[in-house]
Amino acid sequence: MLKIEKVSKTYTAGGRTLTVLDNISFQVGEGETVSIVGPSGSGKTTLLGLSAGLDRSSAGTIELNGVPLGALDEDARAVLRNQYVGFIFQNFQLLPTLTALENVMVPLELRGESGVRVRSRELLEQVGLGDRLHHYPAQLSGGEQQRVSLARAFANRPRILFADEPTGNLDAETSELVAGMIFDLNRQAGTTLVLVTHNLELAASTGRIIKLGKGHIVSDEKS
Amino acid sequence: MAWRDSRRDQSRLLLFIAAIVLGIAALVSTLSFGRNLREDVDDQARELLGADLVIRSNRPLSKAVEKLADSLPNKHSEECSFASMVYFVRNGQSRLVQVRAIEGDYPYYGALETTPAAAATGFREKQEALVDKTLLLQYGAHPGDSIRIGELNFAIAGSLDKAPGRNEISMTVAPPVYIPLRYMEPAGVLKKGSRLDYQYYYKYLQGDPEQFAEQIGPRLEAVGLHYETVAMRKNRMTNAFHDLTEFMTLISFIALLLGAVGVASSVNIYIREKVNDIAILRCLGLKARQAFLVYLVQVLVIGLLGSLAGAGLGLVLQQLLPVVFKDILPMETRFRVAWPAFFEGIAVGVTVSLLFALLPLLSVRKISPLLTLRVSLEPVHGRDPLRWLVYTVILCFITWFSYLRMENGRKAVVFTAGLVLTFLVLTGVARLFLLLIRRAFPERWPYLWRQGFANLFRPNNQTVILIVTIGLGTTFIGTLFFVQQFLIDRVTAGVGGGEGNMVLFDIQPDQVKGIEGLAGQYHLPVKQEIPIVTMRIVEVRGERGDSVLGQVAEGGPGRRGADGPAGGRHADSNAVGRWVFENELRVTYRDSLAGAEKLVAGQLGAPVRGPNDPIMISLADDFARRWNIRLGDPVVFDVQGIRIATVVGSLRKVEWQRLQLSFFVVFPSGVLERAPQFDVMLTKVRTPEESARFQRAVVEKFPNVSVIDLQLVLSVLDEVLGKIGDVIRFMAGFCILTGLIVLITSVLISKYQRIRESVLLRTLGATRRQVRIILLLEYFFLGALAAATGILLALVFAKALARWSFEASLRIHWVAAGEIFVAITGLTMLIGLYNSRGVLNRPPLEVLRREE
Repeated sequence: MLKIEKVSKTYTAGGRTLTVLDNISFQVGEGETVSIVGPSGSGKTTLLGLSAGLDRSSAGTIELNGVPLGALDEDARAVLRNQYVGFIFQNFQLLPTLTALENVMVPLELRGESGVRVRSRELLEQVGLGDRLHHYPAQLSGGEQQRVSLARAFANRPRILFADEPTGNLDAETSELVAGMIFDLNRQAGTTLVLVTHNLELAASTGRIIKLGKGHIVSDEKS
Repeated sequence: MAWRDSRRDQSRLLLFIAAIVLGIAALVSTLSFGRNLREDVDDQARELLGADLVIRSNRPLSKAVEKLADSLPNKHSEECSFASMVYFVRNGQSRLVQVRAIEGDYPYYGALETTPAAAATGFREKQEALVDKTLLLQYGAHPGDSIRIGELNFAIAGSLDKAPGRNEISMTVAPPVYIPLRYMEPAGVLKKGSRLDYQYYYKYLQGDPEQFAEQIGPRLEAVGLHYETVAMRKNRMTNAFHDLTEFMTLISFIALLLGAVGVASSVNIYIREKVNDIAILRCLGLKARQAFLVYLVQVLVIGLLGSLAGAGLGLVLQQLLPVVFKDILPMETRFRVAWPAFFEGIAVGVTVSLLFALLPLLSVRKISPLLTLRVSLEPVHGRDPLRWLVYTVILCFITWFSYLRMENGRKAVVFTAGLVLTFLVLTGVARLFLLLIRRAFPERWPYLWRQGFANLFRPNNQTVILIVTIGLGTTFIGTLFFVQQFLIDRVTAGVGGGEGNMVLFDIQPDQVKGIEGLAGQYHLPVKQEIPIVTMRIVEVRGERGDSVLGQVAEGGPGRRGADGPAGGRHADSNAVGRWVFENELRVTYRDSLAGAEKLVAGQLGAPVRGPNDPIMISLADDFARRWNIRLGDPVVFDVQGIRIATVVGSLRKVEWQRLQLSFFVVFPSGVLERAPQFDVMLTKVRTPEESARFQRAVVEKFPNVSVIDLQLVLSVLDEVLGKIGDVIRFMAGFCILTGLIVLITSVLISKYQRIRESVLLRTLGATRRQVRIILLLEYFFLGALAAATGILLALVFAKALARWSFEASLRIHWVAAGEIFVAITGLTMLIGLYNSRGVLNRPPLEVLRREE
């Protein structure tokens, strides 16, 4: 599903070159659940972004669902994301001007699909927000916002889900609830899951843990 | 602290203040221009009048008056002006012009500016004419060519570029042609009924002309003469320019206030973004008052910088104003920096920006250190009595500033109330529009449309303020446009349809048959023939004209200050107005109402069959009301030496705005048929070529008959309204531009938010094209709402003006309204998109990481 080969990422700032990822390689099979862990600044989020086609690597190749991302321009990568990828962010990243229901509908509407309202409503009911369909993000709690984000991530029936610290901004109880939902929905849909987290307990719930340190893979083992 | 706190945001703070720069620039330029104008009037008043004293009359001066005016040693000139046809010999075209037959060396101050320069004096010695430069251009004539006036040919000595006291507009309405006075009689254009205006120009060689005019003035007025001195001209022009510059200054002030509202809105967003910083500082021991002062100092500094920039720009702008006003001003204006205006602009700018920014700044005092521990979504300001104090101070400041400009407390209060009301109505309409569209927005519409619209509601949006600022500019321009169109419609109404579009006047009774025959040769219908008799009113309700005018001469009560049939009310509300006795009236006779007339009181007089029948005349109702003449009043007329006693039998409502012949007084038939009279004939031509051919034939056979082609009148009206409109549009443009600057500020302030949204959408799979369409739709909705709000209000204002000022209904020009809508919406979209161009180019990951 995801093939990373000899990928490096460097940034230039103030005349200095900073290597964030250095010669990383690994593969994630279909339906597999993987956590990427590591200390702050180890390159976790950068790796997740490159894997999802949100940025270009400085070296190496990335294949998503068999499609090499390096050959695609930004618009083609956007279309690919819309077809195969779901996202969950630490800061929820909901569009503040849209209601919960409308936020979930966005990925489907961008595809020009019909019947999106019914499916989005079902997803929100599945995450326990059937009574908050028409609320705006500002009117929802953090946990509720993350659940909307979860429903949105699964709206386009993604082949792979990227989650960046999905419980990082939530209290313990809500974290547990949201994590449970991620894994439940993932199982039901048979989606591949790549999760970036500091939370080792959450990481342990995935089938495999890749540990990063200073831009390198320190370990890659089954949990 | 203020400096350190603002370090990261200085460019943003400067951006906020950009909204007031234009308002201050407009204010400084108009204030400074106004001062320059006043000084120019003081310097050039003598050149504008061209003499020390001018006496005006519609008949030649009597020997007694001549003697009176000559009682001090002087040089003088005589001018007689009248409307007449001029025929361009080279191309055979003709046109109605204002012939000014002159004798003497007028102007004594200033000059007739001509090309060649020698023509200004040379034409007086020979059978030559000076012709208005635009007229020469329009008819392709040149100095050396010939024109015919009546039966005489005149060589064109030169083109008249400028005449004392006359502006472009007056020259457009009545293009002048100067000829020597001694050729007026031989030209044979003057017949019975011809309307002549005499002007006598005096330059006094000894004594004080002002003092002299003061002495002889009452005696001139007593015999129905008007006079003007340099001081009177200075006064009149100062008042007129005061009105003009007052109007410009107030529009500039409105632009400044719009900008200030934009500043308040931006500062509000700035403070909301600073809440956390302020809460942290409060935790570290900063007092509420100190926190407030930190931001107050920032606003003061940027207010001062913005005002300085605005004032500097104002001086540049001031150099443009003489170009904008060139058609209205009858004189040269010289650029000088008026430093008091410069500093006044800066002071007003700083005060306004500070006052408006205080509204959001006050909330800084209420920011609790507790916010560092618990983020609150509630607005930081709750009830704060100081806010009401600030509102009051703002209102007082606006009233005070407008009072300084208008020098009239009532007007200043009305202006402030009107302004507040307009703001409230615009805000209300903007909010209502948003609410209605949000409620009624079709859920089934494509996602991109819904997202574009939803963007108007993003956090910290400035949608309402943008609609208000752009909307107000649109309201100004729209109202002007609709009223201008309305006036043209009113005139066109009289020209179109089955009525005539060409008027021939000054037809002598023995020429009627000939003219009818000529019209027949050209297959033109005679639509109407109207007889006209000139007469004076000598007595109303037993009150004699000579005694009324005598009272004025002796400083009697209540008859001064009204100078025309539409002039102001006079002081004594029961007395008959003086104007009635002073002026010659043109009267017709008929037994029925004309097309656009309506009987509002009494009954139209029956034909008079015998000497004992009462003569029941009909008056125009506004004429009767204005001069206190009532139904049933006895009125005595002097018809060329014969007294005729009549009674006011009816009042008619007359639509003066229509291009048709209307009369203050209508006699019944059977009275005036034998009186000396002339005719006016109405015919209808089908093409401009036919019009030109017929006019040429009339001028050749009947040189005294004048022809008005109403199509030409329409085009002149259009041109004049266009020239005045340009000035108003120029000033209204400041409001629109301020709105657009607020838009640019708003787009730049929310740029990060827009980038974030764009990145998020692209992360979820939106292509750049889709994101671009969403942005475009957002600006479309914004521009469309502002334009629709502005046009809607403009229609309301224009309808009200049509209803209350012209007592008619407004026909809405939907195509024109559509054009304004498209222009404003397009401009908003263009500016919005241009300023958002960086939004699409940011890599998603960079932005998403910054969120963490």
